Amino acid sequence: MELVSNAPSGPIERSWETHKFGLKLVNPANKRKHNIIVVGTGLAGGSAAASLGELGYNVHCFCFQDSPRRAHSIAAQGGINAAKNYHNDGDSVYRLFYDTVKGGDFRAREANVYRLAQVSVNIIDQCVAQGVPFAREYGGLLDNRSFGGAQVSRTFYARGQTGQQLLLGAYQALERQVGLGTVKMYPRTEMLDLIVIDGKARGIVTRSLNDGKLGVHFGDAVVLATGGYGNVFYLSTNAKGCNATAIWRAYKRGALFANPCFTQIHPTCIPVAGDYQSKLTLMSESLRNDGRIWVPKKAGDKRNPASIPEEERDYYLETRYPSFGNLVPRDIASRAAKAVCDAGRGVGETGLGVYLDFSEALKRLGPQKIAERYGNLFEMYERITGENPYEVPMRIFPATHYTMGGLWVDYNLMSTIPGLFVLGEANFSDHGANRLGASALMQGLADGYFIIPYTIGSYLANIKTERYSEDAPAAKEAVANVAAITKKLLDANGKRTVDSYHRELGKILWDYCGMSRNAAGLKKAAGMIAELRQDFWRNVRVLGSNEEFNQSLEKAGRVADFFELGELLCMDALHRNESCGGHFREEYQTDGEALRDDANFCYVAAWGFQGAGRPPSLTKEPLVFNYVKPSQRSYK
Amino acid sequence: MKLTLHVWRQKNAEDRGRMVRYEVPGVNEHMSFLEMLDMLNERLTEKGEDPIAFDHDCREGICGMCGMMINGKAHGGFKGTTVCQLHMRHFKDGDELYLEPWRAAAFPVVKDLAVDRSAFDRIIAAGGFISVPTGSPPDGNAIPVPKEDADLAMDAAACIGCGACVAACPNAAAALFVGAKISHLAHLPQGQPERKRRALAMVRQMNREGFANCSNIGECEAACPKQIKLEVIAQTNERPETVSGGVG
Repeated sequence: MELVSNAPSGPIERSWETHKFGLKLVNPANKRKHNIIVVGTGLAGGSAAASLGELGYNVHCFCFQDSPRRAHSIAAQGGINAAKNYHNDGDSVYRLFYDTVKGGDFRAREANVYRLAQVSVNIIDQCVAQGVPFAREYGGLLDNRSFGGAQVSRTFYARGQTGQQLLLGAYQALERQVGLGTVKMYPRTEMLDLIVIDGKARGIVTRSLNDGKLGVHFGDAVVLATGGYGNVFYLSTNAKGCNATAIWRAYKRGALFANPCFTQIHPTCIPVAGDYQSKLTLMSESLRNDGRIWVPKKAGDKRNPASIPEEERDYYLETRYPSFGNLVPRDIASRAAKAVCDAGRGVGETGLGVYLDFSEALKRLGPQKIAERYGNLFEMYERITGENPYEVPMRIFPATHYTMGGLWVDYNLMSTIPGLFVLGEANFSDHGANRLGASALMQGLADGYFIIPYTIGSYLANIKTERYSEDAPAAKEAVANVAAITKKLLDANGKRTVDSYHRELGKILWDYCGMSRNAAGLKKAAGMIAELRQDFWRNVRVLGSNEEFNQSLEKAGRVADFFELGELLCMDALHRNESCGGHFREEYQTDGEALRDDANFCYVAAWGFQGAGRPPSLTKEPLVFNYVKPSQRSYK
Repeated sequence: MKLTLHVWRQKNAEDRGRMVRYEVPGVNEHMSFLEMLDMLNERLTEKGEDPIAFDHDCREGICGMCGMMINGKAHGGFKGTTVCQLHMRHFKDGDELYLEPWRAAAFPVVKDLAVDRSAFDRIIAAGGFISVPTGSPPDGNAIPVPKEDADLAMDAAACIGCGACVAACPNAAAALFVGAKISHLAHLPQGQPERKRRALAMVRQMNREGFANCSNIGECEAACPKQIKLEVIAQTNERPETVSGGVG
């Protein structure tokens, strides 16, 4: 298979305009004849479903939560980037493009990233019009702040709840369409398989989480906006329900999976407290604007932080990266934290933590200003740890947060299965090997509001609408496949709980395929996962039946997919003999910094399912950089 | 520490339901309340007993999916805290806790502690939005918004739609939830032309869903994990022409 990106040639500034003009249109009377399936209601799925409904398509929209407003985009704290240059500090579309390509360590497609930077400005306007209460200055204009990995103030925010407010904007637009009858919403409904007929995505099989009923839904196109796969690590900043089942089952139907090893470990999370821990909580990266990160200079220094004098503290980011200081990109900040903890200089009971200290900012700005900026984050920290960050420095440690990899898509956001579109974190497209702060919200909304409404029309204008019945062989086969998986999980009737397997899988991945990786460890991990997976199918205990609200059964299906995905993750990490962005291979470094190998690995690695028990195929999409010349990322 | 839990068990909406007693030893003070329930569920599963169903997702107090009554208080009754953010250090050895689902005619039980809150979605679908198509709106700075207004809008917009206000209200009214959305949108210059229609449509839908009337008791404000103020209800009511008949 050859991967055709469909990225336009010609001057990059004009490419999206030119491409859009070349896309076919569906006339308004024909739009209502098309059924479109949208899975997921986060920023990407919610905005896509609302916008497509508004255009006049018949949209069927699915989410596993009890309401579309719960999707995990809601938890994003810090902000959303846009190249508005409201502050005259030298920002531009080109600079946001440049920062994102460089921040992604030159592993993203230039044309996609340029388009993302271009539409970023429309997103802010759209959200303001919807009533998103962005932070304002006293003059009534939009306020901005700077964010990790950027030297300009281009981040728009709504207190520490930017994701919530953007999602509620998209949710309200979506509910408006539900009220108008253009979108039918299916909450508590999980997609469990993709129906492919004559090589095209034509529908999905779902399971109602209320009563286990399987549903067959046909559409002329299927849009997956189902988020990332960070929960493969068990402990992550993702919501407990976040899962990879939709994209994984699409992979098993022929969609290629790109760059699974590009996972992001976020530097500022609350450290793990004990074995019972069920998830990790992020402390917004915006805290790094005013907080200073340090550890004691001496290993094993257990004194309380206030009694460690200034000259015995190591503000390691400020010393090592003087020009970016505490604002270096996430991958770099995380690895630096790991390095000081590995050297025995970590803080807290477990030694897996570093200080994020606000004492200087409190002196400079006063507690009121700090409360205005970070009040809700400080409260959240205190609620979880029982410590007051106005008095003692926060303790933070890196945690899995975001996955840059995902289903491969072309410039139109279409996967290798015609008619299957993938948006937001579920695709691989814009962030390369590392995502910059405040860029995920931007990408989700760009895909949903401003890209898919155009590109899906062109696909629909080019295909014949077909009506299928549930008796179509592909539909029957997919239903049978789902029923067989459910039966197998219920029949295992073994001894161990689903969570105990998930926890063990997560630990293997965190230890061998987390912040730093090496060939021997990855091989070992792949073997351990395969063994654990076999044990899972024999020895898992899922009580109850399919025909009821059964949360263990839901989890079991998702964990089964995480096992397979975990193996692919290790395989991809092992094949990529270089370090770039969030993928750090110990064998490839220079002076502790990631060492890319552009001669051999300047490509997207897209893996194809070849059947159970057979190794996946590897297809490469070469990356060409015409504008931003690959260089070693330096934040020094 | 060791706790005794009495948990409402109900197989589905039709089942009558009953309280079941569980002894839970080995609770660590740093666990969250839901992690304590996870641990109990693991033990139940190992014993071959049906684990307790409860809704939850983000576990950081923002998605609004979790919620239950603990000793008669929504989310446990700790100021500004959802049950997923409630930690066991607030309890002590030997405590006896009663866990029940949100009780409201408009929130039928799905199973055990999980309820159906889709009535809230239908209220938003009726009018909880500004009618703006995706497209080319004016520049974000074209209409300045006084900081005070933006802040008040944000205060109300912080609602997470968890339903604690309904559960805490002796009338099972949804006035705080609806008022929060009316107040959020009313404080912004965008969408002013439809503000009356929007408020009326939401209040009508609220009444249709079977939420009872507000009688200004204020339990909702006390229970709200996002500390939405009672003022949002006052704002709903202050213009009788906007919400004819008022909310109560």
